Amino acid sequence: MADRQPTSEYLLSPYRVLDLTDDRGLLCGKMLADLGADVIQVEPPQGNAARRLGPFANDDVRPENSLFWWAYAANKRSITLDIETVDGCILLRRLAKQADFLIESFPPGYLADLGLAFSDLKELNPALVMVSITAFGQDGPYANYQATDIVGMALGGFMSLTGDSDRAPLRLSFPHFYLHGSAAGATGAMLAHAHRALTGEGQHVDVSCQQAVAKTLAHAPQSWDIEGVIIKRMGVFRQTSADTKVRVNWRCKDGYINYMLQGGSVAASTRALLAWLDEEGMGDDYLNDINWEELGYGLVRTEVMERIVEPLQNFFESKTKDELSQGSVDRRILLFPVATPRDLLEHPQLEARKYFRQLEQPGRDTAVTHPGAFVSAMGAAQVGPSRRAPLIGEHNFQIYCEELGLSKEELSVLKQGGVI
Amino acid sequence: MVATPNNPKPLNGLKVLDFCWVVAGPMVTKYLGEYGATVVRVESSKRPETLRRAAPFKGSSESINTSGYFANYNTDKYGITIDMRHPRAKDLILRAVEWADLVTENFTPGTMERWGLGYEELRAVNPKIIMFSTSMLGRGGPMESQPGFGPVLSSLAGLTHITGWPDRDPVNPYGAYTDFIVPRFAVAAIVSGLDYRQRNGKGLHLDMSQLEASIHFSAPFILDCVVNDRVQGRQGNRDPGAAPHGVYPCLGDDRWIAIACTSDQQWQSLQNHIAPTGDGWPFEKRFATLMGRKAEEDELDSLMGQWTPVWDDRKLMETLQASGVPAGMVNDTSDLFQDPQLIHRQHFQYLDHPEIGVYATERSELTLSLTPGNIERPAPLMGQHTEEVLTGFWGLSTEEYQSLKEDGALD
Repeated sequence: MADRQPTSEYLLSPYRVLDLTDDRGLLCGKMLADLGADVIQVEPPQGNAARRLGPFANDDVRPENSLFWWAYAANKRSITLDIETVDGCILLRRLAKQADFLIESFPPGYLADLGLAFSDLKELNPALVMVSITAFGQDGPYANYQATDIVGMALGGFMSLTGDSDRAPLRLSFPHFYLHGSAAGATGAMLAHAHRALTGEGQHVDVSCQQAVAKTLAHAPQSWDIEGVIIKRMGVFRQTSADTKVRVNWRCKDGYINYMLQGGSVAASTRALLAWLDEEGMGDDYLNDINWEELGYGLVRTEVMERIVEPLQNFFESKTKDELSQGSVDRRILLFPVATPRDLLEHPQLEARKYFRQLEQPGRDTAVTHPGAFVSAMGAAQVGPSRRAPLIGEHNFQIYCEELGLSKEELSVLKQGGVI
Repeated sequence: MVATPNNPKPLNGLKVLDFCWVVAGPMVTKYLGEYGATVVRVESSKRPETLRRAAPFKGSSESINTSGYFANYNTDKYGITIDMRHPRAKDLILRAVEWADLVTENFTPGTMERWGLGYEELRAVNPKIIMFSTSMLGRGGPMESQPGFGPVLSSLAGLTHITGWPDRDPVNPYGAYTDFIVPRFAVAAIVSGLDYRQRNGKGLHLDMSQLEASIHFSAPFILDCVVNDRVQGRQGNRDPGAAPHGVYPCLGDDRWIAIACTSDQQWQSLQNHIAPTGDGWPFEKRFATLMGRKAEEDELDSLMGQWTPVWDDRKLMETLQASGVPAGMVNDTSDLFQDPQLIHRQHFQYLDHPEIGVYATERSELTLSLTPGNIERPAPLMGQHTEEVLTGFWGLSTEEYQSLKEDGALD
C-alpha cells in the first residue's frame, strides 16, 4: 500500500494479492483491487500476454497501449519476474510467503513443474489462499483441452442459445468465457478468505470457467431437466418454453431497443406501453384485450407473440432510441436502449452517480475515463479504482528494494540476468 | 467432494435475512447458502414473486411451488411468508434484523425505505448489520426507480450491441444474461464487507448498480470509445487475431463445432486433418499465413463449413483436441447433462422436492480444497418454514406466532 493514501480504509485494505494471471484471469485481481486489496501483477519480463490484446490506444500496437490491459490491470502494481528461472522461482516463493492471495491462470500442472504447486506454497505460507482459474478445472477429461473463448462459450452451453435460428450459434464479439471464471475466482477467493479469517488456514480454489458459463443459461437447463425441452436460439426472440416465446430486440428509428411484452408481475409495464400506443393513435385492440394481469411471466404463446409483433414494431420505428427510453422512464415501462459504448459514456444515470473515474495516463494530456467501482460501500469504507494500469515492471524498485529489501546491485544482477 | 462435519463450510454461522427475488439476488444468496450461511428468504403469498410463476413447471403451472426456474436459485433457503404491507410486518422484521448479520435485497430503490426498513432503520436496531442492496441502476440519480430485469439490462449494458451478425440486427446474449454476471461481483463484495466489519466493528450498506457491475464485461470497448473515438460493433463469430475462427455444422440436426486456430502450429495440424494427403485447398498458398487467411476469411469459412458436416461433433472435437487444435462442440442444454467434464465436476446436483420430485440444480463452479460447498436442501415451498424460523431462529413465542398468523401478517 506504499503509494496509496486513502482518506479512509478500503474494504480489503490489509491484504496483498500476487496476480500471475494473463487475460484468462486478470478480472479476478482487478475486482479484489477495486475492493481495496494491494494487488501485484507478476509479469514475465517481456510483459503480460494480455498486453497483446486490442484495441490499442491510438491504434499504436505497443504492449503499453493495450486497452484490454488498461481495463483489467487498473488499480494494480506491476513487477516483472521470470518464474521459469531458478532465481525467479526463489523470488516468487519469497513474495508468496508474505501474500494473502495468489491468483493464477496457467494450464493445470504448469506451476507444479516449477515447484510452485499449492502444496509447495502451503509449506511456506499455511494461510495462503491460492486461486486457479482454468477453462475446465484442474482435472477431469477436458482438463488439458485447448480452450479459446469461442471453444469455451460453445462447451459452456451459451452459444446453442444465442444467435439467429437459421445461422450458426453465436458468441459475443468480446471474450466472456474467462471473464465469467475470473469473476467467480474473486468470489471463491473471498469464500476461502472467510474460512481463513476464522481458522488461519489457507486453501486452494479451483475454478471451472465452463461451469461458470453453464450457470448463465437462465432456466434453459431446467427446461431440459423438468420438461425434456431443448431451448433453441431464436434471434431477436427468446424461447421461454416449448410453445411460448417473447420478442426481445426491436429496431427503432435510429438504432435498436430491448422490450419484452410480458404478463404476470410486469403486466403494469405492458399496460403502460399499450396506453402509450393508444395516446399516439397506434393502439391495437387485440393487444389491449389480452388479460396480461392473469398471464404468467414468459407464458405468451408463440402464435399470440407473432400476432402482436407488427403493431409494436410500427410504434417503435416511429420513435428514436432516446424518445423511447425517456418515455419509458416517465411511464415506468421496462424498455431500454440497445446501448453502445458512447451511449453509456453519456448516460444520465451513470453521470449522476459519478460512475466513471478519471485516471491519469502517462504521455496523455488529459485523464482517461475508466469504468468505476462495481459497488459502493456507504458507511466508512472506500471502493473503486484510483490508479491506472501499470507499465511493465513499473513497481520493480518499490517492491523488490523498498518492500522486499533487495539492494540496487541485486536488482541490477536480476535485470541483466533476464530474471526481471 | 462435499462438506462434512470435518469439512466445515466457510460461511457457517452467517445469518442472512433475504428479501431478494427473481434471479440476480437469489443467485447471490444461493452461493451464500451453498457455502454454509443460514438464509431466510422472505416472501409474500399474497404477491408470489415472478420466478414462482415462471416456466418451466413440473406438473401444473397453477402451483406456486413447481417452477423449476425458482427451484434452481433458491436451494438451501428457509422460506417464510410475511405480508410486508401488514402493520405488524415492520416490527417483526426489525426483530429479525437483531438476529441477522446480513440483509439482502434487490428491490427498486426506495422500497425498503417505504416499509420503514431502510439502512438507517436497520442500523438503529443492529449497528453491525451489513445491508446489501442491488438494483438495475443503483441508488440516487434520475433513473433510480426505473424498473427492469436481466434481459433488458443486457442491452443497456452494451452487451446486445456486440452480439450478432454484422449484416443483421443485434440479438440479446441468451436469457437474463447480466443476472449471472452480477452475483459473482456481489458475493465478493459481501464477504469483503463482512471482513471489514470483523476488523472494524462497523456495519455497512453495500449498494450495487447492476449496470455498473456489468459494464466491466465490456470495459476495453468503453476505453476504445474514450481513447480512439471508436464504437466497436458485432462481428458474428470472428476474432481479430485468429483464422479460421468460427462455428461449423456437423452431422445431425443443429449440431455444430467451434474451431479456433490461434497459431501457425494449430493451423498446420488442422490442415493435416482436412487433407491428410498433403494437398487440396488447405494447402493453397493464400491460406498459408494468418494475413492470407484473414483476407480470405469468407472463403475459408465456407470451405471449413463444407468439410465439417461429415463429422460427428464430439468425434471431431476429440480428434482436433488430440492434436492441439482448440475445438469444442456446441453443447445444447441436453448435452450439458452428458458432458463428461461437467459430470466430473458434479455440475448438476439432484435434490428431492416435495412437489417437483427429483430435480437438477447447478452447483458452484468453485472447488474449495478445504471447505467445499454443498447444496443440501431443495428450494422451499411457499411459507414452508415460517413457524420454524419465527419461533426457532427469531425467538418468538408460540402465542406471538399464532397471533401474527391470525392477524394475517404472515400471508
